Amino acid sequence: MSTVETSRLPPQLVAMQREVEEYARGHGLDFYPTIFEYIDADQLNAIAAKGGFPVRYPHWRFGMEYEQLSKGYHHGLQKIYEMVINNNPCYAYLMTNNALTDQKLVMAHVYGHCDFFKNNFWFSQTNRKMMDEMANHGNRVRRYMDDVGVEEVEEFIDACLSLEDQIDIHSPFIRRREEKSRYDFADDAARDEREEPPRFRAKNYMDSFINPPGKLAAAAKEMEEKRREAKPFPERPERDLLLFLLEHAPLNGWQADVLSIVRDEAYYFAPQGQTKIMNEGWASYWHSTIMTRQGLTAAEVVNYCDHHSGTLASSPTQLNPYKLGIELFRDIEDRWNRGAFGKEYNECDDERERRNWNTKAGLGRDKIFEVRRIHNDLTFIDEFLTLDFVRDQRLFKFGYNASTEYYEIESREFPKVKRQLLASLTNMGRPQIAVRDGNYKNRGELYLEHTYSGVELQLDYARETLRNLHTLWTRPVHLETIIQDTHTVLSFDGAEHHVEKGEAIELEEGAHL
Amino acid sequence: MVMKIERDQRRFRQIVRGRIRKNLRKYVTHGEMIGRKGRDLVSIPVPQLDVPHFRFGDNGAGGVGQGEGEEGQPLGKGGDQKSGQGPAGSDPGGGHLLEVDVSLEELAEILGEELELPRIEPRGNASIVQEKAKYNSIRQAGPESLRHFKRTYLRALRRQISTGVYEPKDPRVVPIKADKQYRSWNTVPHPQVNAAVIYMMDVSGSMTDEQKEIVRTEAFWIDTWLSSQYQGIETRYIIHDAVAKEVDEQTFYHTRESGGTRISSAYKACASLIEEQFPQSEWNLYCFQFSDGDNWGEDNEEAFRVLGERLLPVVNLFCYGQVESPYGSGEFLGHLQNRFGDEHEALVLSEIEDKDGIYESIKQFLGKGR
Repeated sequence: MSTVETSRLPPQLVAMQREVEEYARGHGLDFYPTIFEYIDADQLNAIAAKGGFPVRYPHWRFGMEYEQLSKGYHHGLQKIYEMVINNNPCYAYLMTNNALTDQKLVMAHVYGHCDFFKNNFWFSQTNRKMMDEMANHGNRVRRYMDDVGVEEVEEFIDACLSLEDQIDIHSPFIRRREEKSRYDFADDAARDEREEPPRFRAKNYMDSFINPPGKLAAAAKEMEEKRREAKPFPERPERDLLLFLLEHAPLNGWQADVLSIVRDEAYYFAPQGQTKIMNEGWASYWHSTIMTRQGLTAAEVVNYCDHHSGTLASSPTQLNPYKLGIELFRDIEDRWNRGAFGKEYNECDDERERRNWNTKAGLGRDKIFEVRRIHNDLTFIDEFLTLDFVRDQRLFKFGYNASTEYYEIESREFPKVKRQLLASLTNMGRPQIAVRDGNYKNRGELYLEHTYSGVELQLDYARETLRNLHTLWTRPVHLETIIQDTHTVLSFDGAEHHVEKGEAIELEEGAHL
Repeated sequence: MVMKIERDQRRFRQIVRGRIRKNLRKYVTHGEMIGRKGRDLVSIPVPQLDVPHFRFGDNGAGGVGQGEGEEGQPLGKGGDQKSGQGPAGSDPGGGHLLEVDVSLEELAEILGEELELPRIEPRGNASIVQEKAKYNSIRQAGPESLRHFKRTYLRALRRQISTGVYEPKDPRVVPIKADKQYRSWNTVPHPQVNAAVIYMMDVSGSMTDEQKEIVRTEAFWIDTWLSSQYQGIETRYIIHDAVAKEVDEQTFYHTRESGGTRISSAYKACASLIEEQFPQSEWNLYCFQFSDGDNWGEDNEEAFRVLGERLLPVVNLFCYGQVESPYGSGEFLGHLQNRFGDEHEALVLSEIEDKDGIYESIKQFLGKGR
């Protein structure tokens, strides 16, 4: 299946693909069959605007994205080199007017991604037939648009999208509770059955002594009270807000389906957000390895170097995931080759000795393959970002200085840098919010709680998001958070926003990351 | 499989249009888009077009960077750090802005719909005739680039068959010079309706920068609307204090003289400009005069005479906009009203108190559909 009208890969590139694929397999990369589509810049921008899926459901924001991409391209500000879709088979797009060296580099890079998609644990639960699934989503949404009107469906999608990141990114791997079914009434039935307080077995004449009636009555009363005491709803704070809404919000058929489509896609894309540094680092590692060891001819070297260094350029205020990733993988490979790990190495505090440490272990390659299988960005950084690495790479923590209104370098201290980096990767850099009460004030209102980690929410966005949440929930919605060190509840009741200030928080040492 | 991006793009444009309409009054009043005007596009900041999420505020978040530098070294200014999309975070009430390019034509259309402006009926016949080339004929001679391939080969084939040179087994068709056919054009008259817009402004000391800003904003919208109504627009600028002269646009908005005020001088300059360059028979004429209402008393009669005799009879519209100034007397509007009253359909008077008055004033000026 071809996803777009494309001209076939020209023979030259077919041969090139065979060559690069051979190299990649030779290094032990393992991937699904990979299909390269050969398209012009405009098509590429269009597909990129649709998140890589030309068959995706229609929505205005893809049009907006497209306008921005093509404007950027035509003004020469940006250019998309590669795009790979996590699918079996893998789809990758090559741009027709790229130079041949670039095409080769992109291919090598793509095989890195394909290997990562197939083997990294965090991708293990993603739908490998997403191209078909997206087409399916597209058809469903288009049908609803025909049925109830473009605007109504689109506005509903807008509301869902506003909450699309409110998912529980670990839930594909942990079963937190039994799946609920809308048609499962067993729960309600069970509730009606009165349980008797437990009795000891006793002969008839002894019964009143062994199970004294007074105690039994007291126990029965206690159980009755417990039963009456409403279970909290949800029983535990629910991080998957979209699931909660699917199960409990008053949605009609098409709305529930649209919401489930948005949720499916959010879960599909989540691992890519969770492994940005690793995924790009891994792909860059392999394009660089393949190109410099095998792929390059003498004539192509300069062109390659130019492109490669462009990709890995870093800027002071934005960490380049390609750069951080590739350097970390190289560092790991180097350390495991030298045997620079383990208790003895860690306890050595002579800098020179550490730098020259070499047990000729030669485990580097195996180690990086293991790392790409197990880790995500958060654990990757936690495990492998070392003091030496931070110094060599000249990483620093920066922050906003309210008095000068400038971002400034705050610190080069290793623990601070690492903590900042980890904080920015936690929950993919999004605030952690959970449903705490689905029947707040016993009036069917929805109460969300933001787990404050030192950074405030952006208020105007939060308000608008609450408004969208109200569209789905239809009853008043609340969000508890902390603003200016004060517990605050933001509410929206369908007509107006309210802000209720509570107590100031106690400032703990180190509460601010 | 069909690419659906056109559909998304169309929806996006539709939504943008809706947002601009909704906020038109604000755009008109603030004149913020004039600086963003390109050749035929304006960039308009449209509020709240992206999808809001629960997210961290921009300021205060910080991050990890890479490179040289001491602790405390500034890296970049807050606010515009991430995307350059206007001030974020620091002002909770303000929307999130996204710049969207809109063609002037589209903008004029929105303006027309929103202000309920009637379409202008061009006066008289389309009196300027332009000749346009239309490729609709064939000739024997011409440049190779215009050779009509199919006809040439058909003729060659016909010739070969009739002379018996053609061999069905070896169907080679070779045109010779006589076979060649070329595309050619005929000129067709193409009527064109043109308009000339003449702006006049008092640049004497009593007009402050604030008033000029109002004039500038109003002129932008007038230009936008008139451009959408005529194929060709000529714009001229006249400034005056006690004497008048024609200037370019830049000078028009940036000159400040200290002399007195003689409005008749501008009227005279305007009248002779029309007589020399824009004969009434060929042009639709629009005059816009902006002043703070100050004029030398003895000049009024002279001004009215020129206006009544040489301008009002020939123009489609003569608009007098009086901006309120702390220094001006603001008397001229009243004098005009007394003198000409409502008798002249071509004369429109409008008083613009402040920026918020621009919207209504545009409506008054252009609401006549002349």
